[in-house]
Amino acid sequence: MIPNLNNLPVYDTTGVNERIARFCTRSIKASSKVEGLKLALSMIDLTTLEGKDTTRKVQQLCYKAMHPHDTLKNIPTVAAICVYPAFVKEAKKALHGSDIHVASVATAFPSGQSSLEVKLLDTKFAVDQGADEIDMVISRGEFLAGNYQYVFDEIAAVKEACGKAHLKVILETGELDTLDNVRKASEIAIYAGADFIKTSTGKIQPAATLPVTYVMLHAIKDYYLKTGKMIGMKPAGGISTSKIALQYLVMLNEVLGEKWMNKNYFRFGASSITNDILMQLVKSETGIYQSINYFSKD
Amino acid sequence: MQKNKDNSMFKASWSYNEAPESTDHIQIKKKYGLYINGKFSEPINGKYFDTINPSTNEKIASVAEATFEDVDAAVQAAKKAFESWSKLTGKERGKYIFRIARLIQERAREFAVIESLDGGKPIRESRDIDIPLAANHFFYYAGWADKLVYAFPNRTPKPIGVVGQIIPWNFPLLMAAWKLAPALAAGNTVVLKPAETTPLTALKLAEIIHESGIPKGVVNIVTGAGETGATIVNHPDVDKIAFTGSTNVGKYIQKATAGTGKKLTLELGGKGANIIFEDAAIDQAVEGIINAIFFNQGHVCCAGSRLFVQESVADIVIEKLKSRMDTLIIGDPLDKNTDIGAINSKKQLQTIENYIKIGLNEGGEIYQPDCKLPKNGNWCAPTLFLNVSQSHRIVQEEIFGPVLAIQTFRTIDEVIEKANNTPYGLSAGVWTQNGAKMFHLTQKLNAGVIWGNTFNKFDAASPFGGTKESGFGREGGLHGLKPYVKFD
Amino acid sequence: MSRLNIQKTYKLYIGGKFPRTESGRYFTINDNKGNLIANMCLASRKDFRNSVVIARNVQSSWANTTALNKGQILYRVAEMLEGRKEQFIAELIAQGETPANAKTEVLDAIDRLVYYAGWSDKYQQFFSAVNPVSSSHFNFSSVEPVGVVAVIAPENQSLLGLISVIAPAIVGGNTVVVLASETKPLTAISFAEVLNSSDVPGGVVNILTGKKAELAGQMASHMDVNSIIYCGTDEKLIKSISELASHNVKRTIFYKKHDWTNESCESPYLIEKTQEVKTTWHPTEI
Repeated sequence: MIPNLNNLPVYDTTGVNERIARFCTRSIKASSKVEGLKLALSMIDLTTLEGKDTTRKVQQLCYKAMHPHDTLKNIPTVAAICVYPAFVKEAKKALHGSDIHVASVATAFPSGQSSLEVKLLDTKFAVDQGADEIDMVISRGEFLAGNYQYVFDEIAAVKEACGKAHLKVILETGELDTLDNVRKASEIAIYAGADFIKTSTGKIQPAATLPVTYVMLHAIKDYYLKTGKMIGMKPAGGISTSKIALQYLVMLNEVLGEKWMNKNYFRFGASSITNDILMQLVKSETGIYQSINYFSKD
Repeated sequence: MQKNKDNSMFKASWSYNEAPESTDHIQIKKKYGLYINGKFSEPINGKYFDTINPSTNEKIASVAEATFEDVDAAVQAAKKAFESWSKLTGKERGKYIFRIARLIQERAREFAVIESLDGGKPIRESRDIDIPLAANHFFYYAGWADKLVYAFPNRTPKPIGVVGQIIPWNFPLLMAAWKLAPALAAGNTVVLKPAETTPLTALKLAEIIHESGIPKGVVNIVTGAGETGATIVNHPDVDKIAFTGSTNVGKYIQKATAGTGKKLTLELGGKGANIIFEDAAIDQAVEGIINAIFFNQGHVCCAGSRLFVQESVADIVIEKLKSRMDTLIIGDPLDKNTDIGAINSKKQLQTIENYIKIGLNEGGEIYQPDCKLPKNGNWCAPTLFLNVSQSHRIVQEEIFGPVLAIQTFRTIDEVIEKANNTPYGLSAGVWTQNGAKMFHLTQKLNAGVIWGNTFNKFDAASPFGGTKESGFGREGGLHGLKPYVKFD
Repeated sequence: MSRLNIQKTYKLYIGGKFPRTESGRYFTINDNKGNLIANMCLASRKDFRNSVVIARNVQSSWANTTALNKGQILYRVAEMLEGRKEQFIAELIAQGETPANAKTEVLDAIDRLVYYAGWSDKYQQFFSAVNPVSSSHFNFSSVEPVGVVAVIAPENQSLLGLISVIAPAIVGGNTVVVLASETKPLTAISFAEVLNSSDVPGGVVNILTGKKAELAGQMASHMDVNSIIYCGTDEKLIKSISELASHNVKRTIFYKKHDWTNESCESPYLIEKTQEVKTTWHPTEI
C-alpha cells in the first residue's frame, strides 16, 4: 500500500550540505584507503547505455568486469555490468562462470514515457534474456503531477514482472526539483517493492550527488527502523573519481553502517571510475603516481 | 515510528586510519614574553607559567606571568599610543587592520595547528572555523574604520581610549579577533589578556600585529591568570573593559568597575535551549543537536545544552541521536578525522566529570557511545542525560562540556516557558518546518541569538551577545561597533 | 460666601490602581514658605516589589501591542496632558517653579510625548539590520525591549524629566517602576492620573513616591528587574547602584543631566538604551 507521504522527514540544502561537508573532509589514508577502494571496486555496476552499443562493445566490457587489472593481486571483480535489454543475453554468456551479475535497464529507459504494457513487456524481455537485476525508471511526469498512486502501482507491477530478478528503481533525482521530492519518491519506490533505489539514469544532469544520496540513505534507514527490512542504494552517474567514491562510502559508513557496506546493498552506477580506482590501488602499492596508458579502456 | 532494532544495526565498521595534520612548519618558541609597547619583553618579576597540551598533558612552552608593573607598563603604552592612534585617519587605521587580516590568512595553517595543540580542539574546527572567522573579523571591521559616522547617524562617534580586553580559552584566536578588530577600527588602543591555558595563538597574533607595522603601544598583549585580569580591570587608566568568560567573573567585573566610569561589555555564560518540534526536519535536527552540544567539546557559551524534544517524536529523535553519536570520532585534536578533541584543561575536566556525577546522583539516565578514550590527556565522551527536568542541576547550570540534558515537552507554550526559565539568555535553537511557528518562537524566546533550523553559526557580520545574565553588548556586525565608541 | 477647597490626596500608582502604601507611612511636601502642600505616601520595599510583579506580568503583552497602537497610546497621553496643562503648571508652581519655567516645562513635556509617540513604529527600522553573512542563511538583527526597567526620576523638572526618561522606555515595549522626584513628587502622581485615563494599560507605568535612601538599593538589586535608570549626580549612589546591579547583570543607565528641556533629550538613541539586539538565523537553500 502507498505510504503516508504527508508526514515525511524534510530537508533543506543548507543543512544537508553542512553534513556532506563533514563526510568530504574525512581524511582516508593508507590501509583504510585501500580497503575503501577495493570495496568501491566490488560495488561497481560497470555500465554502458549508449545508442551506439554493440555486442562487441558489451563483450569487451564484460572482460574488463572480470579482469579489471590482472597485474594487481587480491582485487575483487565489479558487482555487475549494466546494459540495455538487447545485450543481456550476450552479457550473460560473456560473464559465464563468474559471479558478476547482469543488470538491464528497462521500462522505456531513460524517459519512461510509454504505456505500462510496453514497460512490462520490456521488463519481461530482459528477465527472459537472463537479467539478474532490472533497473527501471519511475514516471517523473506523473510524480510531479502528484499522481503518486500511479507511480506506486507502476513500480509494483514491474516488481511483479521481475520475478526473481532484483529491482532497482531509478528516481531520476535531477528531474525531481527538491530534496523533499527525492524523499517522497524514495518512499513510494521502497513501499512499492524496490530492492534498491537508484538516483539517476545518467542521461540527465545533475545525476548522482552526495546530498541526494544522503536523503535516500535516510529513507532506507527509516524504512529499516519501521520494518526491519534492508533496502539497497545505487548512486549512478557523475561519480568519476575514486575520491568521490570514497566520500560516498564514508557517508554510507556513517549513516547506515557496516551491514550496508557490501555489493548486496550498495552499488555505484559508473564506468570510468573503475580505472581511477585501479590507478589509486597501484599507487598505494607502489607509491608511484599512475598514467591511464597503463590501464585498459574498454 | 516505533523502535524495532537497536542502534548497533547501524554501527560503522570501516575505521579510518590516523590522519594527523603535520606540525613540521609550526614555530613555537620555548618561552614567550609579554608584548608591550611594540616589544616582546620579560615579565618584571621574571615569573613564567607552563602552557600545556591538553591532549597529552605535556608542556608546550613557558609563558610570562604579568603582574601589576607589567600591566601598568602596557596600559601606559596604550595610553600614550592613543594620542596619535585616535588622531590617525580612519582610512589609515583601516589599512593596518586589513593587513592583519591578510597576515592571518597567510599563516592560517600554522595558527590552526597551534590552536589545536594548545586548546585541544579538533583541527577540522580550528582550520575550517576559528582561523577563517578570525581573519574575516579583522577584514570586516577594517572596512568600518573610515565609515564610523555611517554607523551612528546624527551623532559623532569617538574612540573611548584604552580598552582592557579579557578573553576565554574556548576560542582563543577568534575571541582575540572579536575583541581587537572593532576596538582598533574605532580608534582605541588595547591591552589584551588571553586565557592562561591557551595563550599561544594570541602571542602568535602579537607577532603578526608586530609585522603589520601598527604603531607601538596600540596593541599590547599580556599573559597571566585571573590576577592579571583583575589588575587590568582595576587599573585606573583603563577606560573600558570588554570581557568574555563566566557569569561569575562577569558579575565580579561589573561590581569592580562600579562607580569608576569605566565602560563595560560582558559576554558571559549560557544554557541554550534547542527545541525540536514534531514537524521538524528530523534528520537535520539530529545534526543540529550534535553541532549544538558537541561542537568544540561543548566548550561554547552558546551551546545548545538543554534539548527540548516534542513528545510525539522524542523516541525517534533520541534513537537517531544515539546512532549519530556512535559515529563521532574522539581523539587526537590534530587528526583531521577527529570530531571531538580534548577537554581544555584538567580543571575543566574535573568540573564536567563532577556534573556527570551530579546528573547520575539526581537520577538522570546517562548515554555515552562506546568509544575508546586516549590514555593520557583530558577526555570526556559525548554524554546525554535523559529523564531530567527543569529542577535538575545539570539542566540549570552551565557545564561547558559535551553533556546534553534532554527533556520532552507537549505544547508550544510549555516549551517557551521552560526555555525562558533560566537566568541566562544567550542562544536558542528552533527546529520546525512551519513558518509561523518558527517566527512565533524566535520572537518569544529570550536570547540574543536565535538559530532557526540551524545551530552554532557565526559570522563577522552577525551581531552576537546575550540578554539577562548572559551579559550585555554585541560583538560582530554593525552593532558590534557601539561598545567601542563614545559620544558627546 | 467662602468655600473650603477640596484637597487632593496623593497616592501611589501601581498596576493601574491608586493604592496607599501598604506600609501606611507618609512624608510631607511643603512649599518654599514651609506650608504643607501634601502628605505623600512613603512607599516601602513591598510596594516596590508588588510593582515589579505587576510590571513583569504585563510586560510581554505591552511589548506585543502593535507599534502603531503604542504610538497612538503615547499620543493619547499627550492629548490628555494638553487638556490638563493648567493644573500641571499650577502644581509645578506650588512646588517652587517660576510660572514661566513651569509653563515651558509642561509644554515641553507634552511635545516630548508626541515626539516619542512618533518613534513608536520607526525606531525598530533604525536599529535593525539584515546582515550579509558568508553562508546560505538569512540573518537579521532586530531590537526587543529589555523587560522591566526601574527608574529613579530626576529631582528637578519633576514632570519633564520623568516623562523624558519613561517615554523612550515604554515606547520601546518595556514596563517601568518609577521612583518619583523625592522633593517634587506631586506632578508625578498627577501624571499617573493622566496615564490612567489615556489607554496606557495598568502596570506598564508604576509610580512610587518615597525615599531614594530606602528604595534605590532595592531597585538596583531586585533580580527580576532587567535595567535601572538613575537620573542624578550622586556618585556614591551611582557606585552602589552599579555594584548591586551586578547581582543579575542588570543594565545600568545613568543620566547626569540638569536640563531636560534640551533637544539632546529627544533621541531614538535613548530608546535604544533599553533595547536588546536579537539576531536570528535561518537557512535559505531549499
